[in-house]
Amino acid sequence: MNYFQLFDLPAQFELDLTELGSRYLALQKRFHPDNFAAGSERDRLLSVQQTANINDAYHSLKQPLLRAEHLLALRGLKISNEQRSFTDPVFLMQQMELREQLAEVSAQVDTEQAIADIEQQLLKQRKLLLNALHHALAAGTAEQDQVAAELVRKLKFFYKLQQELELIEQQLQD
Amino acid sequence: MALLQIAEPGQSAAPHQHRLAAGIDLGTTNSLVATVRSGEAKTLVNKAGEAMVPSVVRYTADGIQVGSAAQAAAVDDAENTIVSVKRLMGKGYQETLALAHELPYQFVEQAGLVAINTVQGVKNPVEISAEILATLANTASETLGGELNGVVITVPAYFDDAQRQATKDAAKLAGLTVLRLLNEPTAAALAYGLDSGQEGIIAVYDLGGGTFDISILRLRRGVFEVLATGGDSALGGDDFDQALVTFLQQRHGQQALSASARRLYQQQARAIKERLTEHAQTTYDFTADGQLVTGVVNRTDFTDLITGLVKQTIRACRQTLRDADLTTDDVATVVMVGGSTRVPLVRQLVADFFASEPLTSIDPDKVVALGAAIQANVLVGNKAEHETLLLDVIPLSLGIETMGGLTEKIIPRNTVIPVARAQEFTTFKDGQTAMAIHVVQGERELVEDCRSLARFELRGIPPMPAGGAHIRVTFQVDADGLLSVSAEEKSTGVQASIQVKPSYGLSDEQVASMIRGSMQYARQDMQLRLLREQQVEAERVLEAVSAALNSDAALLDADELAQIRQSLTVLQNVKQQDNTAAIKAAIEHTNQLTDEFAARRMDKSIRLALQGHKVDEV
Repeated sequence: MNYFQLFDLPAQFELDLTELGSRYLALQKRFHPDNFAAGSERDRLLSVQQTANINDAYHSLKQPLLRAEHLLALRGLKISNEQRSFTDPVFLMQQMELREQLAEVSAQVDTEQAIADIEQQLLKQRKLLLNALHHALAAGTAEQDQVAAELVRKLKFFYKLQQELELIEQQLQD
Repeated sequence: MALLQIAEPGQSAAPHQHRLAAGIDLGTTNSLVATVRSGEAKTLVNKAGEAMVPSVVRYTADGIQVGSAAQAAAVDDAENTIVSVKRLMGKGYQETLALAHELPYQFVEQAGLVAINTVQGVKNPVEISAEILATLANTASETLGGELNGVVITVPAYFDDAQRQATKDAAKLAGLTVLRLLNEPTAAALAYGLDSGQEGIIAVYDLGGGTFDISILRLRRGVFEVLATGGDSALGGDDFDQALVTFLQQRHGQQALSASARRLYQQQARAIKERLTEHAQTTYDFTADGQLVTGVVNRTDFTDLITGLVKQTIRACRQTLRDADLTTDDVATVVMVGGSTRVPLVRQLVADFFASEPLTSIDPDKVVALGAAIQANVLVGNKAEHETLLLDVIPLSLGIETMGGLTEKIIPRNTVIPVARAQEFTTFKDGQTAMAIHVVQGERELVEDCRSLARFELRGIPPMPAGGAHIRVTFQVDADGLLSVSAEEKSTGVQASIQVKPSYGLSDEQVASMIRGSMQYARQDMQLRLLREQQVEAERVLEAVSAALNSDAALLDADELAQIRQSLTVLQNVKQQDNTAAIKAAIEHTNQLTDEFAARRMDKSIRLALQGHKVDEV
């Protein structure tokens, strides 16, 4: 299913989130099961399926990483659920260092500062990668799509680290 | 008012009729029913003049009592008088045993579920709740002068799949059509939101008798979005009462109590709590197990007893705000729901935490039922145009068990529903034709810490080498938050059959046999009920297809149109007769003929919805 088509938006990485949001609400208003609560069984079933699709599409386009994955899938490069290991030694080293820093947060005197430091690094890396992803996806060549796929794989690691950092922050607050 | 209603064949007159709908707040302590009349939502009173019906059901040798009459007997006949049955909804026998020492019932196991042994035999929470629902619906149909077309029933935002399913089963057993299960805080926000028409972030603090819910909602352009929900399904005003009971028991050295004395203590504690809302101190004076119990309680005593409990609710507020990525500064309005929000300490701590005075202008006991009534009126079709859209989220993550007893989340909590997510599984043995899947709900890593929802067995997988079969399992959650599962083998397209074994719910057959077995329908002809159901569905199909033809006949060619018209005429005729199977077949025939039509209309609707949107922009 082409999520861009569903919202009648051009299939590209650049996206006006406000526009996406209001198109999403327009579709929800029309198809939500509440419109069919007194309707026939078939209409209710169709509406649940349709709204589930709309929700899924919105969820996927809203987040840059999922949007890039969807765009690549439309171009014939399926990378969700793949099992693949990295060979880029620089990237692996960087990941290991960041993981060590994460593990040591609770041992720091000023944990808040330590968390803020890591957060800064993660933000910076994400920005760099997202920027590169923009360019790669805009090129629209098979070669650049491969580059984009690799960037998405790397970004996944950074989003995962961000999640772990937030978890540590919560645990420290509790 | 129209004196004559003229309907073309195959065209129902129903859209012009005012349909009867009600909102039901099925509470732990009290239940209410409300409806919209002359554009205003109002709670309805029963013959005794009460709007709030105690959620108490008593089984006697020769009948069933619900409400105040049952509550009056709660002390003398504690074992047969079930209070706070909502706490037991969708619960397993084992997990209920922890509560058993606080409750005066004889618990028994019924296919893994908890049930209670009464003078009328074993009764499960679904049957007990159905009695309360039937009583409320009765009040509504007597007041409104007709059978209800549909109801909206509210549930705590924290209810998991099993608890929601149990609530829906109870409605089915009571013979009610459920238009929607609605989260209680959402209903409250609806009652306030329509009245004031404001925008922004709203926190709904709902402290009832047995549950605490905190919901963070965003109201924007007429759309309610639930940003996050949290709370505690086992914390409420009953716990305040219990804290007072324990305090009084210690003060008066009455540790071991008979069932009826325990109930008496509970009633006295509740009365003391209520008096302390208005007064700084109060006295009590009663006799329990032959001993005179008398003394004075100050509000400060009570405050000391419950501060820990109230702070627990504030902690949940903090956590839920964090889930929504918000701080207290972002919250524009705080809505108070539930009788326990009358306690001065609760109001004070909530106001302190959010740094704003909470809204209390609508009666906190009635606000949920009023909101449910407003929504029921919309859903039943009494309002031509949908003004508000209620987007809800799934309150707890859905996952499956993986190797080593770990959970893998498939649908994370706070995902907007309806939602469908597919997961692929593969076989690990050559020629494997079956596979077991365990679905759980909860946030914890380990399966044993989550709620077991169901075990599925996929059968009929075509035999292939290990890893050769790819089974795509789709988990779908509908607008009520209820889960259904389907599976398909991808390479061959074989639909694997699924055997669902709900861990805590009732199977469809069990519900059907309960309906057959219930007192209420023993006298009625089961066949008649089935016929009536098909007739109602036939009416819905006729109405839906006629409306579709009125607006979109242009999407069909002459031949298709003629075929559909023909099938409607047949359905219209068959509907009048009393052949259940024939009606069912006619409905299926119409559905089959209109499948393609429905798909085309869907595409057209999407285009229109977005086009209208683009016109708005210009």
